Amino acid sequence: MSSISRSDVAHLARLSRLAVTDEELDRFAGQLDQVLAAVARVGEAAVADVPPMTHAVPLTNVLRPDEVTPSLSRDVVLAGAPAAEDGRIRVPRILGDAE
Amino acid sequence: MTGTSSDLTRADVAELSRLLGSGEVSAVEVTRAHLDRIAADDGRLGAYLHVEDDAALAAAAAVDQARATGAELGPLAGVPLALKDLVVTEGVPTTSGSKILEGWRPPYSATVATRLAEAGTVLLGKTNMDEFAMGSSTENSAYQVTRNPWDADRIPGGSSGGSSAAVAGHLAPWSIGTDTGGSIRQPAALTGLVGHKPTYGSVSRYGLIAFSSSLDQAGPMARTVLDAAVMHEVIGGHDPRDSTSIDTPLARLADAAREGAAGDLRGVRVGVVRELGGDGHAEGYEPGVLARTREAIEVLAGLGAEVTEVSCPSFDLALPAYYLIAPSEASSNLARYEGVRFGLRAGDDGSRDLDEVMAITREQGFGPEVKRRIILGTYALSSGYYEAYYGQAQKVRTLITRDFSAAFADVDVLVSPTTPTVAFPIGTRVDDPISMYAADLCTLPASLAGLPAISVPSGLSEGLPVGLQVMAPALADDRCYRVAAALEAAQDAARGHRLLDELGATAGAA
Repeated sequence: MSSISRSDVAHLARLSRLAVTDEELDRFAGQLDQVLAAVARVGEAAVADVPPMTHAVPLTNVLRPDEVTPSLSRDVVLAGAPAAEDGRIRVPRILGDAE
Repeated sequence: MTGTSSDLTRADVAELSRLLGSGEVSAVEVTRAHLDRIAADDGRLGAYLHVEDDAALAAAAAVDQARATGAELGPLAGVPLALKDLVVTEGVPTTSGSKILEGWRPPYSATVATRLAEAGTVLLGKTNMDEFAMGSSTENSAYQVTRNPWDADRIPGGSSGGSSAAVAGHLAPWSIGTDTGGSIRQPAALTGLVGHKPTYGSVSRYGLIAFSSSLDQAGPMARTVLDAAVMHEVIGGHDPRDSTSIDTPLARLADAAREGAAGDLRGVRVGVVRELGGDGHAEGYEPGVLARTREAIEVLAGLGAEVTEVSCPSFDLALPAYYLIAPSEASSNLARYEGVRFGLRAGDDGSRDLDEVMAITREQGFGPEVKRRIILGTYALSSGYYEAYYGQAQKVRTLITRDFSAAFADVDVLVSPTTPTVAFPIGTRVDDPISMYAADLCTLPASLAGLPAISVPSGLSEGLPVGLQVMAPALADDRCYRVAAALEAAQDAARGHRLLDELGATAGAA
């Protein structure tokens, strides 16, 4: 398995929407490299013909009837939102000035 | 009732239930005794993030009033309870140990919380935990350090360390914990409690703040095996709101605990897992832990169990597989904290766009371990790496499951130490992820295979509790309770009291 560089961590932090500091980049790169080295044995396991496992008791296609059930009221949802306006959740702009 | 409020906080749930049912004490008296104890001691222990106070007394008073009018009440009516702070509770602050949820009051309740409330239990408060359950010491909480009641300089285990400290420290008679890689069993072991991780899918995950969805399970943390079984019966069983919930009735768990306590294990085949502390696999295990484990196994043999050693070679891969699977699933689950719909929003000054606000919110709201795991999980799930990391780890899970299946062809339960060491001192591992992760070495195989596993006290080493882990096939949780109760009853009888009663005699306790 490969190692993880400081610039890899910066890229992954961007993908993860984490505005990490320079100090964190230095620290995480070293620590994540250690973790990857510690988990490398997984890559060496002989599992070519082994299926992946997800649940101890197999379940298939758990569906419920397509019926409307009670959901949270608008006021309750907006009370938990960080910013609300005119009965809606207020969000920062999603398009840049140039767009 | 001749006792004092101190007796009420030391009683187990079976005793509280008897006292409440017979009218010897009122629910308000029981709740007030616990709230008083929390007020006196939690400044030192740091077990609770939120205490219900007046709401708890009001709930207790309602139980007393119902009882006074002759209403038919269940056996747990008026018994107090603590919930780990990732169990969402309508109107009651729920943080999952994270600043990103500071001040959030959920608009609904988890199924486990609802079922416990319907049984008449009284919520005392919400307990501290590692942020989003990522940790083994509770030091990753964004709010406070929690101390081990046996030694205030040591960790109470984690991630359910607030729950373990509350129950061992007599601030709650029992508590709900959650276990992803060992977070019920390991803190129970390190504080002298019983903790059970149910079969994956047998307790609803609806309303549990998700960490790693293919592993997360809620379960009981209690002072006795019987109390744990009773709580499990309340919270367990099918829930249509959780698509991974198993639609099969639970085994009879409290009966299994009573049967085990009767002390006859003839015909029960116990396998000792060589890869978890046995010959050639003892590196990192403390001699005292291995000695208590050997003695506990001798007790089981003395009760008639047939003991053999079994080998599960793939268990050596459990730790590395877990540290790919759990961060991968966490990186996906924690994408929901985007600063838009609920929880923290930071940096929204009108000039920044959504992407920037999201990144600033998550940077401020998450602690270092959470960020490490999100980055690691994002890496392991990236295009080009997915098969080599997450895919490969999911296949290793199959190998571990096959080892369990082969072992259970010959034995009824498997046993091991719950943890390689006793509780370690606060601050010694928090900046060293690899050594912190090793605390879960013994608990991870059952987590990855989705199997039930219990930790039951096996004695003390250097004055600190040690736990024995008992693992069973899927849906055979009753076997865990039976064997654990047999050990508990035999050791309690031999020493003349519960292990936890020795805590009262130590210098650290009030």
